[in-house]
Amino acid sequence: MSGIKDLFNNLTGKAEQPPRTCKQCGTEIAYADYVANHCICPQCGAYFRMRAVERLDETVDRGTFQEIDKKLKSKNPINFPDYAEKLEKAEKASGLNEGVVCGTAKISGVDCGLFIMDSAFMMGSMGTVVGEKITRLFEKATALKLPVIGFITSGGARMQEGIFSLMQMAKVSGAVKRHSEAGLLYIAVLTDPTTGGITASFAMQGDIIIAEPKALIGFAGQRVIEQTTGEKLPAGFQRAEFQLEHGFVDLIEERPRMTYTLSKLLKLHQPA
Amino acid sequence: MAIADVKTAYERVQAARNGKRPMGSYYIEHMIDDFVELHGDRRFGDDAAIVAGVGYLNRIPVTVIAMERGDTIEDRMKRNFGCPEPEGYRKALRLMKEAEKFHRPVICFIGSSGAYCGIEAEKRGQGLAIAENLYEMMGLKTPVISVVVGEGGSGGALALGVCDTAIMLENAVYSVISPEGCASILWKDASKAPEAAAHLKLTSYDLLKFDVVEKVIPEAGKTDREICSALKAVLLTEIGRLSQMSPEALLDHRYEKFRKIGG
Repeated sequence: MSGIKDLFNNLTGKAEQPPRTCKQCGTEIAYADYVANHCICPQCGAYFRMRAVERLDETVDRGTFQEIDKKLKSKNPINFPDYAEKLEKAEKASGLNEGVVCGTAKISGVDCGLFIMDSAFMMGSMGTVVGEKITRLFEKATALKLPVIGFITSGGARMQEGIFSLMQMAKVSGAVKRHSEAGLLYIAVLTDPTTGGITASFAMQGDIIIAEPKALIGFAGQRVIEQTTGEKLPAGFQRAEFQLEHGFVDLIEERPRMTYTLSKLLKLHQPA
Repeated sequence: MAIADVKTAYERVQAARNGKRPMGSYYIEHMIDDFVELHGDRRFGDDAAIVAGVGYLNRIPVTVIAMERGDTIEDRMKRNFGCPEPEGYRKALRLMKEAEKFHRPVICFIGSSGAYCGIEAEKRGQGLAIAENLYEMMGLKTPVISVVVGEGGSGGALALGVCDTAIMLENAVYSVISPEGCASILWKDASKAPEAAAHLKLTSYDLLKFDVVEKVIPEAGKTDREICSALKAVLLTEIGRLSQMSPEALLDHRYEKFRKIGG
C-alpha cells in the first residue's frame, strides 16, 4: 500500500482513498483490499474501471515510472461554453491535469513507453492535450527505440474542442505509424469503455490488441444504433467477447494475469 | 471575408445537407474525363456510399474516391444516404494503394453525416476500417487532396481526410459531432442544434482560420458549374505543386500538417 499511496500522491496529490462500492452487487470494499484484488469485486467478480494510478501500480516495476508531460493542460481552443468550468471540475474530481498519464517505465525489467487513460477525467475523452500527450509518447518511444503499451479507456473525441479533437485521431495515427515503421512494438489494452474516435484510431492500431473481459469496445454508441436502425441489439453486443468472436482483438486477458501476459509479450519482442 | 458573415453556422449546415446539393458523383461527372468506376473491397462487398475509380483531370491520371448519397429514394437507400460501411472505407484504401503503386494523385470528395451506424457495420469492424485508413493514409506515398463538398461528419469523414491539402466548399461543414448530437448530449435537446452549430466552429471559414483546411472555394452567387470549375483549377494547381515533392518530403509535410494541430 505504501507504494500506491506514494503513487497517488505523486500523480494526483491525494493519497487517502475511501472504500469502494461495487455497482453490480453493492458490496463495500476497503481500499487496500480493493487494490490487492486488482480493482475487482471480491464478491461478484465485477471489474471496476481502474484509475491510471492503480493500473500503473500493478503494471510497472516499482519505482521505475517516469512521467512525461504531466503539466500539460487543456485550453479552450474554440471557446466552447462552460468548458473551462468542466475542465476545472474534472481536475478536482480526478486529481489529474488531463485524461491520460504518459511516461516511461520497466515492466518485468523491460523498458517501455506507457500511456494510461483515465475515465475519471471527462470519460477519458480525447481533446488536444490527450492527443498531444499520446503523440509525444509515441515520438519519444520511437526516438528511444522503446515498445509502447497503451491502456485505453475513452468515450471518444471530446466535442468541446470541436474539429481540434477530431484531428487528434489523425495526428496520433501518424505517430503510431512512425513508431511501427521503426520496427517497434505497440500493444493496445482495451478496457471498459473504448468507443467512438478512439476505436476508430489508435485503439485498433496495435500490433497486438488485448481486451479486458466484458469491456465495451465499439465505434458507434449503442443508443445511436438503436435509434438509427430501430433494431434491438443482440446480447453481448460490442463487448470484448463479441470483438474476439468477430476477429478484432487478439485475446481477452483477465486483469490479474494482464501484467504477466504483457511481460511475456514484451520479452518475446525484445531485439536479440 | 464579408461573404462569410452572410450565413449563420446552422444555415451552412442546412446548405451542406441540402438534398439538391451536388455530391461526389457530380464532381466526377463534370471534372473527370474517361472515368472508370472500380468496385468492391475484395474482402466482403461493395459499398455504394463510396464511388471510386480512375480517370483524368485535364490530362493528368488521377484516382477519385467520393462519398455519394444518391438522388432518388431507392438510390439513397442503396447508398445508405451516403453513410459508408466498413467495405466503403476498405475499397477506398485498396484504390489508394493502387494509386500509390502507379504514382497517381488521389482526390477524395467528402460529404456524409458520418460512418454508417449499425449492428452489421460494427460486426465487420467499422472502427478498425477507419483506423486503418487514418494509419495507411499517413504513409501513402502519393499526393492526397481531400475536398469537403457537403457535411464532413466526424471520423467517417476523416477516414478520407488524411491529406496533403484540405479544401472546403464555402458552405460545407466539418465537425467532430453533428450539431444535433452535440445539443442532445449537452442540453438534452436536439432542437438547440443551431446554437450548438455556432459553438462547434464547423464552417469552412472557421476551419481555414484554424489552419485545418488550406483553401475555401467561394459559393455565394455562383452556379454549381462555376464552383466545379473553380475547384478544378485549385485541384490542378495543388496537384502540380505536390507532384514536385519527393515522397519523403510529401510524407513529412503531411505528418507536420496534422502534427501541429493542437500541438
